[in-house]
This record gives sequence, C-alpha cells and structure tokens, in this order.
Amino acid sequence: MATEVSRGDATAFAVVGRAQQKNRAQRFLGFVGNWPVLPVFMLSILIVMALLADTPFYGGVTGFNPELPSLSDRNAPINSDGDLKSWERAVSRAEKNGTPIPDRPHFWLGADQFGRDILTRIMKGAQISLIILTIAVTVGMVFGTTYGVAAGYFGGILDEALMRALDVYFSIPFILLALVAVIVFGQSITVMLVLLALLAWPPFVRNVRAEVLSLKEREYVAASRATGASDVWIMWKHIVPNVINTVIVIATLRVGQLILAEAILSFLGAGVPPPTPTWGAMVAEGRDYLASAWWISFFPGVMIFLLVMSLNFIGDWFRDRFDPRLRNSV
Amino acid sequence: MYKFLVRRFIFSIFTLIGATIIVFTLSRVVGDPRLLYAQEGGYGLSDQAWDDLGVMLGLDKPLIVQYFKWVGQVVTGDLGESLLGREEVSKLIVQKVPNTLQLGLVSWMIATAIGIPLGVLSAVKRGSFWDYLGRGFALLGQAAPPFWIGIMAILFFAVRLDWLPAGGKGEGIGGLKSFILPAATLGLAASASYLRLTRSAMLEILDSEFVKLARAKGVGSQMVIWKHAFKNALIPPLTLSALILVGFITGTVVVETVFTWPGLGRLAVISTNENDFPVMTGVVLVFALLYVIINLITDLTYAIVDPRIRIG
Repeated sequence: MATEVSRGDATAFAVVGRAQQKNRAQRFLGFVGNWPVLPVFMLSILIVMALLADTPFYGGVTGFNPELPSLSDRNAPINSDGDLKSWERAVSRAEKNGTPIPDRPHFWLGADQFGRDILTRIMKGAQISLIILTIAVTVGMVFGTTYGVAAGYFGGILDEALMRALDVYFSIPFILLALVAVIVFGQSITVMLVLLALLAWPPFVRNVRAEVLSLKEREYVAASRATGASDVWIMWKHIVPNVINTVIVIATLRVGQLILAEAILSFLGAGVPPPTPTWGAMVAEGRDYLASAWWISFFPGVMIFLLVMSLNFIGDWFRDRFDPRLRNSV
Repeated sequence: MYKFLVRRFIFSIFTLIGATIIVFTLSRVVGDPRLLYAQEGGYGLSDQAWDDLGVMLGLDKPLIVQYFKWVGQVVTGDLGESLLGREEVSKLIVQKVPNTLQLGLVSWMIATAIGIPLGVLSAVKRGSFWDYLGRGFALLGQAAPPFWIGIMAILFFAVRLDWLPAGGKGEGIGGLKSFILPAATLGLAASASYLRLTRSAMLEILDSEFVKLARAKGVGSQMVIWKHAFKNALIPPLTLSALILVGFITGTVVVETVFTWPGLGRLAVISTNENDFPVMTGVVLVFALLYVIINLITDLTYAIVDPRIRIG
C-alpha cells in the first residue's frame, strides 16, 4: 500500500512538474504564438521584395529591367528560359566587345505580352504599392485624427459642420470621384497619392471623435485647464496620446482596403501611368491574353490577395491586442 | 418615424446639392471649359468664335449664375452632349441604367441568398466544417480583388470549360446565362460582408438571456434559432445594407469593365479613358442619385424592422 501511495505521489509531482513546465512553455508560446506569424512572414517577404527591386543587387536577383520589352520573349511560359537565339546574339556581341557575357534569362513566373519578366514586375509593383500606401495612410491618419480631435474637442457648431461635411463627402462614391479627378488632372503618382489619402481619412474621424468626446470630460483635462493650459496644449498633451492606440489600429485595418482601392484604380486605367508596373494594371494587361498566357493576370492578382489578407490578419490582431472596443465598429 | 424619415429626406437633398457643387467645382478647376472643345487660347478659332463659344457655355456670367443655370438644366434632365459623337448624355445614360440595375438586383439576390444562410449556419454550428467554410469564404471575399476574381472566373468557366459567355449581355431567356459570372463576381464581396455581419450578430444573440430563457423553457432548437435569434440577428446586416449596396457602385464599375457589360459603370470608365467630361459628370450625378435612393430605402426598411425607430 505504502509503495503505491508514494508512487502515486511521485506521479502527482511529475504531473505538477510537467504542468509547470508546460505553463512556462505556454507562456513563451503565448507571447510568440499570439502573433499572426504567417501573415507577418508574408508581409516581410513582400517588403524584402520591394526593397530588392531597386538596389544594385536587384540585377542579381532576376536580371531584368521591369520596364523594358524583349519581343522575342513575348508570353514566355512559367519557368522557361529566355529565347535562345536572342541570347546567343547577345553573347556573341559581348564577346566581340569584350564585355562580360550575360546570363541566359530565366522567367520564373513567365513573361508578359511585351516579354517583360513577371517576377521582376511584381517586385517593382510591390515597391510602388508600399510607397504609395505609406504616404497615403500617414497623410490620411494625420488629417483624419486632427479633424476628429477638433470636432470632438471643440464641439458645438464646428462639430456639427465638420460631421455634416463628412456625411456629404461619404455620399460621393469614391471610385467616381477618382475617375473624374483623373479626367481633370491626368494620370500621375501625385494624383493617385492624393486620391488614396482622401479615401484613407474618414474612419479615423468617427472613432477618434467618439473617444475625444469622453476624454475631454476627464479630471486631468479640467485640472490642466485650471492651471491655465491652452486648448492646443491640452489636445496635444492629454488628448492625442490617449487616442493614439485607436489611430494605429484603424491605420493597420485601413491599409488593406487602400491596397484594394489602388489595385482597382490601376485596373481601370486610372492609376499610376504605364510603363511603371502596378499589380492592378498588370492584371488588366493580361486580360486580353487569358487563353494563351493566363500567368500574366494570375500572379499579380495572387500577390494582391496575399498582401491584403496578411494586412487584414495583422490589423485584426492589433485590434484585439490594443483596442478590442473597436471590434464592432471597424 | 415620420420625423426620422423627414430628417433623412431633407438630409439626402443636402447630399445631392453637395454632390452637384463638387461636380461643378471639379468641372471649373480644369480651367476654361472651352478647352474641352478647342486648343489653348483658342488656337485655330477666330476671336469671334472663341467668344461665341464662351457665350454658348454661359461663361460671360458670374460663377454662381453659371452654377444655378447648370443645376437648372440638370434638374430638367439636360446633361449636355457627349464630346464624342455629340449624343445627348441623358439618352446615353437612360439606355444603360436598366442593365446596371438588373445586374445589381441579381447580384444582391445572390449575395443575400449565400451570405445570410451561411452566416447563420456558421454561427449555429460554431467550429464545424460549415463554420470554417463560411469564414474561409468571408476571408476570400474581403481580400481578393474583385476584378481578379472576375478574370479568373472567365479563365475557368469561359475559356477552359466553355460553359458560360466571357462577357457582354445576352438577349432573352438564353441571355440569362450571361448574368451568372458578372452577378456572382459582384455578389461575392457583398455576400462575404453579409456573412460576417450575420455570423457575429447571431453569435451575440445566441448568447443572450432571452435565448437562454427560451431554451430553458424547452423551446425546440429550430424554433429558437429561427424565431428568437434570426429575426434579431437580421438587424445589423439590414442596417449595413446601405453600405453594402454602395459598395455595389464601385463593384459595378469594375465588374462591368471586366465582363464588358453595357451598363453605367462601363460608360463611366469609357468616358474616363476618352476624357469625355460631360458624360462622366452625368454618370456621377446619376450614381449620387442612386446612392441617395438606396439610403432612403434602407432607412425605411430599418424603420419598419426595428420598432425602436418606428415608435421613437
């Protein structure tokens, strides 16, 4: 009997020990495992691709210029080598001139209707999307937050006017505004940036305003005012730091939607003008070659999908982590 | 209820006025509207012809008078002439509106028919195969670019399998086939939104006290789901119908371009690519009008469904 009890105790200890160990491991995993690992990983790959697209190293990655055509490689299939004759000609020319002999090009994801490497163009497109988005989201964030803080803090007629203006703004479908703007101002990166910034800001306003309405009633705001602080000081020191969580969460959730909007405008021919590659425009170009070269449309679309999905996951994680109250509103 | 509706109605009129102001401002920002018809500084035109053109377009009057004159024309249905072909813009638009409305209606039916039942199923059988199917579907609808889905659908169903037409709108009963791909593409994103909203609303309500009470009383599970929970869970998707239908406006522009559907959205894109400003402004105004009508209808249904608004 005694032996059995002690064995039982030992097992019990072992179980407790294992449980503790598991707890420690779980604690570690809990910290890491909560991260949306796969989306962060995909996003990192995209950023690396975007960074590589312009460095001198870029020539070493794919060896193509994303904007120059090579007509003998039109619609080259996936995982194929470049046209043999063209390459031999290039080699003999290099031998004659004594320049380094070029590698034979290889199209990992095929080539488009002008013989441009799709992988290279996707990399360059990633760069352009990321640049546009960073600027557009930042501008939208700063403007939207300022607007929301001003409306919430000052209240009264200003608040009413600002919110009604926002309602009217909402009533014009963005895509049509964008198309009109493209007719009026022409296609350019600047127009695209302004349009995306215009699309980015409204969600910041509503959520920030709602928070400011309750923040401005707090004791520390009253105390600050009693000591003679100005409105600008109070907003900057006491209000803005308290809404920054919300702002960051909305910004991450917004990025995915902006990517989609940019892709849609590029697809409609209202985005960044060619030959600069953007994913949306690449999908549009491949539309006429669906029967013979489906890869032209397919891969850029997959990239948009993966990027937006990763951003959505990361945004959701941010929201649950930093500002769960937003769950029902964003 | 009347107070609520009257307020919404007055607000939609303000919205329309705002839209006309924006369109008018944009049309004047470009500079001299005569540049739509002639070269900079009237190259190739005599001074007399240049001034006549100005008088014809009403440029000799102050800006505010020009605005009201333009609004007056718009209200009476005169949207000017297209630069290409010199057709009446209102005639062009009237031809296209039915096609867009038909497509929108079919897509909306597809979206609700897929999104709402799948949302209920996914909430009721949480963690099951149906839940994962629903959530995967919502993910796809949220993140996949609609034009790409459309093109891939063409590649698969039209090019490879040759089951459905790749684009255009067919006539008569046989033409119904041409609705399938565009309507499904347009409905996908909307059904994903409906699904997500229905699922979260349903989950919340299934967890509420009155559902627990109903279960405790011994009400059958089908009865609880459909009579107690579902009716209440419909409110959020219904209120957000306005947002979803507005998403259709962007959607029709894209889907009509992909499937060469002869509707308003395609007209907008074509006129953009051709720099045809009068047509574009006409389309924008019609879309703004559609938007206002959609919002009014959803407000009305909302008031009918939710007694808190009907009585308050």
